[in-house]
Amino acid sequence: MQLPLIYIARNLWVRRLTTALTAGGMALVVFVFAAVLMLDAGLKATLVATGSDANVLFIRKGSETEIQSGIARDQAALIETLPQIARDAEGRALASKEVVVLNSLTKADTGRRSNVPIRGVPPVGLALRPQVAIVAGRMFRPGSNEIVVGSAVARQFAGVEIGRSLAFAQRQWTVVGVFDAGRTAFDSEIWGDSEQLLQAFRRFGGFSSVIAQLASPDAFDALRAAVDADPRLTVEVKRERKFYEDQSRALSNFISYLGVTLSVIFSLGAIIGAAITMYSSVATRTGEIGTLRALGFRRRSILAAFLLESLLLAAAGGAVGLAAATFLQTITISTTNFQSFSELAFSFALTPRIVAVSLIFALAMGLIGGVLPAVKASRMRIVDALRAD
Amino acid sequence: MFFLKLVLRNALRARLRTALTVLGVVIALVAFGLLQTVVNSWYAGAEAASGTRLVTRNAISLVFPLPIYYRERIRSIEGVRGVAVSNWFGGVWRDERSFFAQFAVDAENFFPMYPEFRFRPDEWQAFVRDRRGAAIGRQLADLYGFKVGDRLPIRGTIYPGIWEFTVRAIFDGRDETTITRQMYFHYDYLNEFVKQRFPRGADRVGVFVVEIDDAARAAEVARAIDAEFANSLAETLTETERAFQLSFVAMVETIIQVISGVSFVVILIILAVAANTMAMTARERLAEYATLKALGFGPAFVARLILAESVTIGLAGGLIALAATPVVAAGFFESVGRSVFARFEVQPVTYAWQIAAALAVGVLAALVPMIRAANVKIVDGLRHVG
Repeated sequence: MQLPLIYIARNLWVRRLTTALTAGGMALVVFVFAAVLMLDAGLKATLVATGSDANVLFIRKGSETEIQSGIARDQAALIETLPQIARDAEGRALASKEVVVLNSLTKADTGRRSNVPIRGVPPVGLALRPQVAIVAGRMFRPGSNEIVVGSAVARQFAGVEIGRSLAFAQRQWTVVGVFDAGRTAFDSEIWGDSEQLLQAFRRFGGFSSVIAQLASPDAFDALRAAVDADPRLTVEVKRERKFYEDQSRALSNFISYLGVTLSVIFSLGAIIGAAITMYSSVATRTGEIGTLRALGFRRRSILAAFLLESLLLAAAGGAVGLAAATFLQTITISTTNFQSFSELAFSFALTPRIVAVSLIFALAMGLIGGVLPAVKASRMRIVDALRAD
Repeated sequence: MFFLKLVLRNALRARLRTALTVLGVVIALVAFGLLQTVVNSWYAGAEAASGTRLVTRNAISLVFPLPIYYRERIRSIEGVRGVAVSNWFGGVWRDERSFFAQFAVDAENFFPMYPEFRFRPDEWQAFVRDRRGAAIGRQLADLYGFKVGDRLPIRGTIYPGIWEFTVRAIFDGRDETTITRQMYFHYDYLNEFVKQRFPRGADRVGVFVVEIDDAARAAEVARAIDAEFANSLAETLTETERAFQLSFVAMVETIIQVISGVSFVVILIILAVAANTMAMTARERLAEYATLKALGFGPAFVARLILAESVTIGLAGGLIALAATPVVAAGFFESVGRSVFARFEVQPVTYAWQIAAALAVGVLAALVPMIRAANVKIVDGLRHVG
C-alpha cells in the first residue's frame, strides 16, 4: 500500500521555510546548469544555421578558418570549372569568390576594440545566402565603396550607423544598410564588394574562400574526389554546414566542459542541503513513522514516501530554476570565437532536450540527497519509533 | 566561557547535520576559491608584461602585417631604445589539443628586450647559429617533455606545410611570474619561405616590439610612432605590451565575467543550505529558548546564542576551505590546468574573500532564526513541540 501523494506534499508545505531554502539552493544549481546548456545550444544553433547543406566551401589546405586561408585567382577559376558545381541559366558557375578580413572596431558598451569580419561578396554570393535580408537602408552597390552591416554588429559596435563611414585600407567606406541573417554568424559581419575589398587590402594570398552551390545534394563525394585528385588545386572542400559547425568546436567545448564541471561541484552543495532537510524530516517524524508502520504500511512504502518527498522537493527546485533560465533567452552574448578570432553574437537557446536534462539533473540531486535518510526511515523498528520522544 | 561551551555543545548536538553543513560550506568555498583563481590566472599574462615595452601593430587589425622596413623608422624615433619583430605562426604540433604559441622573431633584437628569459650561453649560441632552431620555454618543455636536440615537426595553418624545427635552447623564466609556455624561432626562416611561395607577402611582420627609455613616456612615444605612419598604406596602432595582452584577455571577457559571477552563485547556494540548518535548529529548540527566557536570560542572549552557533559552523567550514583550497588548486593545475594556464596560484585576496564569505554565510543564516527566537513569547515557546 502506498502513502498518498497529498500526504507527502503536505509535509513539505508544513515546513515552508525549510522547503523554500532547500528548493532554492537546488533552483540555483539547475539555473546554472540550464544556462550553460542553453549557451552552448545557442552557439551551436547560430553556427550550424549559418551553413547550408546545399553549399560547399573551399579554403586553402591546412587552414582552419577563412581568415587564415588564401586562394589565388587561378585556383578560384579552376574551382569554377568543376562539373559538380551548379550553374545558372546562362551557364555561369554558382560560385562566390569571397575575401574575409578582420577589422577591429570599438564596442559601444565597453569602449574596447574587437575584431569584426568584413566579407567581400560578389552578387552571386547573395544568391547563395537566401536568409540574408536588408532590414534598414539598402544593399551595397556592386563595385562601390559601400558596405552593409549585420544586425548584431549594428547593435554592438559604435560608429556603424547608416550614413557613417568607416576608414580602413586608405579608403572611406559608407554604411548604406543593415542586414539580418536570421540569427546566424553573418549577423556579426560587415559585407561589401568583393573586388573592391580585395584591391583595397592588397591581399597577396588572393581570395579567402570560394562558396559554391552543389549541382545536386549528393554530388559532394564526387566533388571532393575531383578536388583531391587534381594536383593543381591546393584547396580543401567542406560542406558549408560542417565548416561552420567546426568553427563552434573550441568555444563550445570550453563552455560545456566548464559548465558541467561547475554544475557538478555546485550540485554537491544542493545535495547536502537536501540530505540535511530529509534527515531532519525523518528525525522529527519518528513517532509518525512508527504509527504508519503499526497501521500496516510496509518498509517499502515508507522508503518510497520519503524518496518521493525528496524528489518532489527537487522537482520544485528544478522547475523554479528552469523558469528563471527561460528569461535568459532574451539576452544576447557577444564574445570572441577563438577559432575565427572574431566577435560572434549568439543567444541562450532553450530546447526541449535542455528542459528534460535539467529536470533529470534536479531529480538526480533529490534522489542522491534523499536516499540515505529514506533508508534510515524505512529501517526503523516499530517499537523504537513509537517509543521515541 | 560558559557561553562558548553552550554554543559548542549546541553545535555538536545534531552531529550529522552540523557535519553536513560544514562539508557544504567547505565544498562551496573551495569551488569559489578555484573559480576566482581561474579568473585571476587568466589575467596573469598581462600582469607580467613590462611597462617599458610597447607593441606596434597594423591599425586595421592584427591579421594585417606591417612592412619590415618600419623597424628602422621606428628605431629612429626619439625615446625608442630598441625594436624587434614578432610574428604569430599559428602552427599545430601533434594535434589541436596540445596547443602552444609559436612566434617568429629576430632573436638578436628580440631577446635583449626580454631579460626575464634566461638562456644558457652555449644553448643561446646554438640557437642563433641554427636557422631552423627553436627556443622553447621551460614550462612548455616540461609540459610535453621537449629536450634540446629534439626534432619538432609543426604543421602551419597560416603558412602551409610541415615545418621541421630543432630544439636548440630551453630558456628559464627569471621568476615564477615569467611565462615560458611558448616557442620562438627565427623570422628569417619564415620570411625566406614566404619569399618563395608568396613573393608579394614577403618582408612583412605581425607586430613590432618597441623598447623605450622611460616607462613614463610610453603614451608620448606611442603617439609619435603612430604619427610617423599616419596616412600611409599600413597605419599603425601602438599600445603598451600590457594593454596589448589585455586586449586578448578582453576577447573572452564576457565568459570570464560569467565565471566570476557564477562563483558568487555557489555562495548563495551554500547560504540557503546554512540558513536552512539554522532555521531547523532554532525551530526544534524553541522550547529551550523559552526556558532560557523563563530563567531570566534576555532576548539578546538567545539571539547571540544562535548567531554564535551559526558563525562557528560557517568559520569551521571557512578554515577547512582555506587549508584545502591550495591543495585542490594544485591538483587541478596538475591534471587539467597546465594545458591552459601558465601559472595557477591562489591569490591572498581570494583567501580573504573566502573567510569573508564564511562569516557572511554564518551571520546571514542566523538572521531569521535570531529574530524569531528573540521574539518568541515564553508561553508559546514552552507549548511548542518541535
